[in-house]
Amino acid sequence: MNIIIVGCGKVGYKLIEQLSYEEEHDITIIDTKDEVVQGAVNDYDIMGVAGSATDIDTLNEAGIDKADVLITVAGSDELNLMICLMAKKLNKNCQTIARVRKPEYFKAINLIKEELGLALVINPELTVASEIARVLRFPSAIKIDTFAKGRIEILKFEVPKGNVLDGMKLSDMPSKIGTHVLVCGVERGEEAFIPSGNFEIKAGDLISIVASINDVSHFFKKIGNRTNRVKDALIVGGGDTAYYLANMLIQSGINVKIIEQKQERCEELFHLLPKATITHGDGTDNKLLMEEGLAEFDSFISLTNIDEENVLLSLYAKSQTNGKIVTKINRIEYGNVIGELQLGTTIYPKNITAEYIVRFVRAKKNSLGSNIETMHFILDGKAEALEFRIKEGSPISNKKLLDLELKENILIASINRGGKPIIPRGQDMILAGDTVIVVTLKEGFKDISDILR
Amino acid sequence: MNYKMIVYTLGWVLKIEAASMVIPLVCSLCYKETKDVFMFLLCMALCVIFGSVFSAVKPKNKAMYAKEGFVTVAFSWIMMSLFGALPFYLSGAIPNFIDAFFETVSGFTTTGASILTDVEALSKGMLMWRSLTHWIGGMGVLVFLMAILPLSGNGNLFLLRAESPGPSVSKLVPKIKSTAKILYGIYIAFTALQIMLMFFGGMSLFDSITLSFGTAGTGGFGTRNSSIAEYSPYIQYVITVFMILFGVDFSLYHALFFGERKALLKSEELRAYFGIILLSIAAIFINSRGVFATAEEAFRHISFSVGSIMTTTGYATTDFNLWPEFSKVILVLLMFVGACAGSTGGGIKVSRMIILFKSIAKEIRTSAHPRTTLKIKMNGRTVEHETVRGVNVFMASYVVIFFVAMLLISLDNFDFTTNFTAIAATINNIGPGLNMVGPTGNFSAFSGLSKVVMSFCMLIGRLEIFPMLLLFSPYTWKK
Repeated sequence: MNIIIVGCGKVGYKLIEQLSYEEEHDITIIDTKDEVVQGAVNDYDIMGVAGSATDIDTLNEAGIDKADVLITVAGSDELNLMICLMAKKLNKNCQTIARVRKPEYFKAINLIKEELGLALVINPELTVASEIARVLRFPSAIKIDTFAKGRIEILKFEVPKGNVLDGMKLSDMPSKIGTHVLVCGVERGEEAFIPSGNFEIKAGDLISIVASINDVSHFFKKIGNRTNRVKDALIVGGGDTAYYLANMLIQSGINVKIIEQKQERCEELFHLLPKATITHGDGTDNKLLMEEGLAEFDSFISLTNIDEENVLLSLYAKSQTNGKIVTKINRIEYGNVIGELQLGTTIYPKNITAEYIVRFVRAKKNSLGSNIETMHFILDGKAEALEFRIKEGSPISNKKLLDLELKENILIASINRGGKPIIPRGQDMILAGDTVIVVTLKEGFKDISDILR
Repeated sequence: MNYKMIVYTLGWVLKIEAASMVIPLVCSLCYKETKDVFMFLLCMALCVIFGSVFSAVKPKNKAMYAKEGFVTVAFSWIMMSLFGALPFYLSGAIPNFIDAFFETVSGFTTTGASILTDVEALSKGMLMWRSLTHWIGGMGVLVFLMAILPLSGNGNLFLLRAESPGPSVSKLVPKIKSTAKILYGIYIAFTALQIMLMFFGGMSLFDSITLSFGTAGTGGFGTRNSSIAEYSPYIQYVITVFMILFGVDFSLYHALFFGERKALLKSEELRAYFGIILLSIAAIFINSRGVFATAEEAFRHISFSVGSIMTTTGYATTDFNLWPEFSKVILVLLMFVGACAGSTGGGIKVSRMIILFKSIAKEIRTSAHPRTTLKIKMNGRTVEHETVRGVNVFMASYVVIFFVAMLLISLDNFDFTTNFTAIAATINNIGPGLNMVGPTGNFSAFSGLSKVVMSFCMLIGRLEIFPMLLLFSPYTWKK
């Protein structure tokens, strides 16, 4: 596919990285800064055009007439929408994807989407907020990804010391715990792998499980983790993410307090979120935090615009409370280092945005056979979990799983039939109409048949 | 420095060289030159053995940066020339190894300067290999490698930049592999077209192929002592046209065949290129009245010579040593101008000349009005400061290398014109110069030292200075 990416910031870079893995994409990037374009062209096998994408000549030079997808992740919403509008007028067949982050635009997003013919609109703040809300609903989890329209989850958690799971073999799990849960991935230190039956779990491992929502809470009760959702949330930083998040939390009856530094913004939030408590003050001031009752909150979310502040705040909060801690990190480059701090859940908006778009691009390509319904990066981005819809005549349908010759490092994690998940065993068969969740350490699977040798 | 990746790439270069020797091998088989068949097989075996050893281990870290790119390209070309000289040396066709090396470097760099006094004495297989080196060197062996191999993901652009000529090399399409394929596709198509036109014009198949190889790479090795002089006017016109075509930026052909025709009209370099050619032909035509018998003959020889020198091919239909002084000076000036960037030709390149002249004009204007904001523009867009700076540094290094090389070869005590044009002809990858190294002469009289110096001049010229300089700089090898 011919893909044009406008804007070569962090998200742009992440998109290039993800999409250029897949050999068949011809990627062209547009950025106003020449040195940024040069840098990207040196790093990846792509073409670069330096110039303003609102200039019709620049779009033509980037080959808009042959483009299949145009992704705008430039600085401002207006720019992104404007470019998408022009692109669509220049090439009717080009699918346009725009990043739109202002809440007031997002209110009318369906209108804008339809009028401009956008294929996809991504609002990073909203996406991030829903991801955080999901984790707060289930505080034992570090990360939750949903499949099958929200019915199935892949959920990551850390095995605490002295837990029943510590020292248990995977093959013993059904008999000892007796729930419908499948371990689909393990992270131990720097390593990530798909475990086999005789794998032994150790304390400190990060385990990803696949299960339906009910089975998950059942499972957690059995192993003695807390399953109740949080009751109140303390948010530091009152940006757009905080607004969206507070909205979601309040709707599900959670008590929200937001600490924001700017008086003006506090007043704005006060009008926008009548049910939340808005505090004006410097969230990095630990006295203020204690005064506001940090120790009593059972969740703490740092959403300021400065990564260093968020990390420090969360470290401090960790020392003061046993509650759930969520940290937003903008810079994706230092993921490894931050992971070592054991902050609990860290959220990378840039990764989430890129993931969302990559999923769309990859799914768009598939028209025949089976389709990608959902895709998430799991195991710290080292693996992918893909949900495929199986169509009539697919090479893997109507065969016992035992008889399928799968590639290495692939796991069929769940078969979903008629809204119910089945944990796959050797005798099970995949039928047309099912959706199947596949976990793989390889990248770039586009069709369910790719899992076969 | 990623040594493993450099060695691995060099291994593949050798394997490609072995594969390319199949062509002269088949040629020798056809002409029943048993000894040469054996020699080519031996050389192929050597290349394959060394190549396999080098590329035995696929490195895990495939990252290549600018430094690795330059070093790989420089090493590749030196190594290709060393191994490429083996058939000449081992078969005894050129008994002295330095001579054989000079001849091969001259081939790969598409120079066409020869130390052979009697070309016709060579066997058909050796002649075929000699011409083929032009064809391989014209577009570049690493570009070819990129077209067929998934070498490494991301560092390939540096290889392309280091091997392809021009002040700013860029890709035609997003994928470097597709870019390399397109370049070779155009190259092969044009070569095939020329072979057909010459073959149906009554030339033997052998001559059609060898001379087309020489034209395509803008090389200049012929198969006869008199170069192109003995062939029919039709053949001479065909070669003239194709020499000039191969001197054009290949990305413009891509634009011509795949939409974007406007790029052709926009290209200042193309306009300047044809402008200089036409002007030179006209000037020499007027100046050399009385040298030729008929106007047609004058036009044919003059356009051939201008095309040949400007594109740095170096074929000759006539001895321009006998032309009036003004005409000869024009030819010497054309030697320096060279062909377009992104073509198979050598020289300083028309686009660099344009940038240079515009820099001068800019400097004059800013001296007169110091507050004027001025940027150099080409093809309707601003030329980046980096590019301008690159061109200036290129020119400075070029002049320094030129005079150092001339100083070294003047130890042989030949006259000034010979020395000056010998270096001009080698560093610009042309072939013949004036006086002793003119179209009827050759380079055999120079000492071993001078031949080595000129071999490096040719490599420096073909790779546009910096890859070779980097190889000899201690900074490159520091951590």
